[in-house]
Amino acid sequence: MFKVLFFGQLADMLDCRNLSMPASSAANVYDLLDILRERDPKWSKALNTEQLMMAVNHTLVTPEHPIVDGDEVAIFPPVTGG
Amino acid sequence: MVHIAVQTADFDVHLLYQSLVEANSADGAVVTFVGRVREFNQGQQIADMFLEHYPGMTEKALHELAQQAQKQFTINRVSIVHRVGHLRLSDQIVFVGVTSAHRQDAFAACMWLMDELKSRAPFWKKESTTQGTRWVSG
Repeated sequence: MFKVLFFGQLADMLDCRNLSMPASSAANVYDLLDILRERDPKWSKALNTEQLMMAVNHTLVTPEHPIVDGDEVAIFPPVTGG
Repeated sequence: MVHIAVQTADFDVHLLYQSLVEANSADGAVVTFVGRVREFNQGQQIADMFLEHYPGMTEKALHELAQQAQKQFTINRVSIVHRVGHLRLSDQIVFVGVTSAHRQDAFAACMWLMDELKSRAPFWKKESTTQGTRWVSG
């Protein structure tokens, strides 16, 4: 299994802050986003943007980054700290 | 020395300054920056805001930024404190302090740290305005 976390406006739009998925369900973050978009029109719309940032195990990554068992994947909108 | 804190509590700029200069006679320059909640943003009056972060990753991202700044600039001590949770108008949000032998590197590193923090550290602002709440877009 791996964990998926959502933050900021994206979490509000999805009405979801975290979920767990079987390790075999997605080889990389790109695959994961495709699978999540297929859940329903709301998810499809919220995740259908090039504005998303993603991290695996607390490090920013590109969509090609692989996902393995036990990973913590985070998907979030552009950051706005400071 | 790198000092990183992500906290709901306010911070004392004087104490943070003290930790940058205490037992430090090598550095002739200390540059500090404080970011605050301002009254107007994108044309709307701000009442207060909520700052969300990603526990674990946020602290790690700030550590990495501080260490990168120490490699990129001729600086010594770096202190970054960022608040999260509910903040009100005029509250302090962020502190960045840098020490160096000379002012040029301290100014440049402080500026670089704030720019990078704003584009890479996982924080998200949700503002309450007179017209409702809204997430600030990056």
